[in-house]
Amino acid sequence: MRMELIQPFINAADAVFAESLQAPTKIQDLSMDEDTYRRKGVAALIAIKGDIEGRVILDLSPEVAVKVASHLAGVEVKASEQVVKETVCELANMVIGNSVTLLNDQGFHFKVFPPEIHMDETGLAGSEDTEALVICIETPCGSIYLNIAMHYLHRRRQERNTVPALD
Amino acid sequence: MKQFAALLRKDNQPVRYLVVDDSVFARKNLIKMIEMFGGEVAGEAGDGLTAIAEFNRISPDIVLMDITMPQMEGIEAVERIVRQHAEARIVMVSSVGYQENILAALQKGAKHFVQKPVKPEVLYEILRYVLSDVPNAVGVPVAMAGEHHI
Repeated sequence: MRMELIQPFINAADAVFAESLQAPTKIQDLSMDEDTYRRKGVAALIAIKGDIEGRVILDLSPEVAVKVASHLAGVEVKASEQVVKETVCELANMVIGNSVTLLNDQGFHFKVFPPEIHMDETGLAGSEDTEALVICIETPCGSIYLNIAMHYLHRRRQERNTVPALD
Repeated sequence: MKQFAALLRKDNQPVRYLVVDDSVFARKNLIKMIEMFGGEVAGEAGDGLTAIAEFNRISPDIVLMDITMPQMEGIEAVERIVRQHAEARIVMVSSVGYQENILAALQKGAKHFVQKPVKPEVLYEILRYVLSDVPNAVGVPVAMAGEHHI
């Protein structure tokens, strides 16, 4: 587990939730998980492929999603599956977008795939046998979970370029 | 909640906005801020193609444009709008804020960039800046009785 690859996601999530909800957030719990991820609510899985590879799962209960949606919209939002999906996707996009910005500016190049929403009862495909960091972030709307598994595929381009050629 | 002096056109009418984002909540969030700034939402779109059609239909003063969207992404929509309307004022609004993305948007004709989650005070200053060079109908912001005329 490479913390330098995980940290941008934690920082971005904390900043995005605090700014979106206009209130302080707190990292409540942090643990390692090697089992297939069992979601706690509605989960968005985002895959990353390139110089670094892995995936990030953002997971929150439908009740929390509706509270977040109401906050973002500035009016009370009626609960529905569509509202929950949209909210989880938007939060995931913001967290990933901000993390990607930090990593890209550090010289990593990779492709980010659109979020896949999971609402069924099974474990998440692609999360088996993957060592992941699970973080619970407490927000004014309730708990939001992040499950992050990330590793290097290639050295950074700059580092590759500085490696002397073998004769 | 922070109070903002209204951003108005020189003819004292509200600035008219086109809000483009595939997320309904992202649009609602931006609309909430536009209302805080005294603006009027003239139109909304959920993808680049609809944005172009809406721009042609309503001729907004400002477009707030997301980048990653279905059908047509924001940067391509900017290019197509600016090709037809060189005077278009488009501010990119995206969670992906790395330099390559920003440069690509600016090269295609966007006027500015703001990263999500959008801070109202940041968006307000960017809008003031972008609107300040609008000739004739809108000009340099002038504070007057708690309002900014542009």
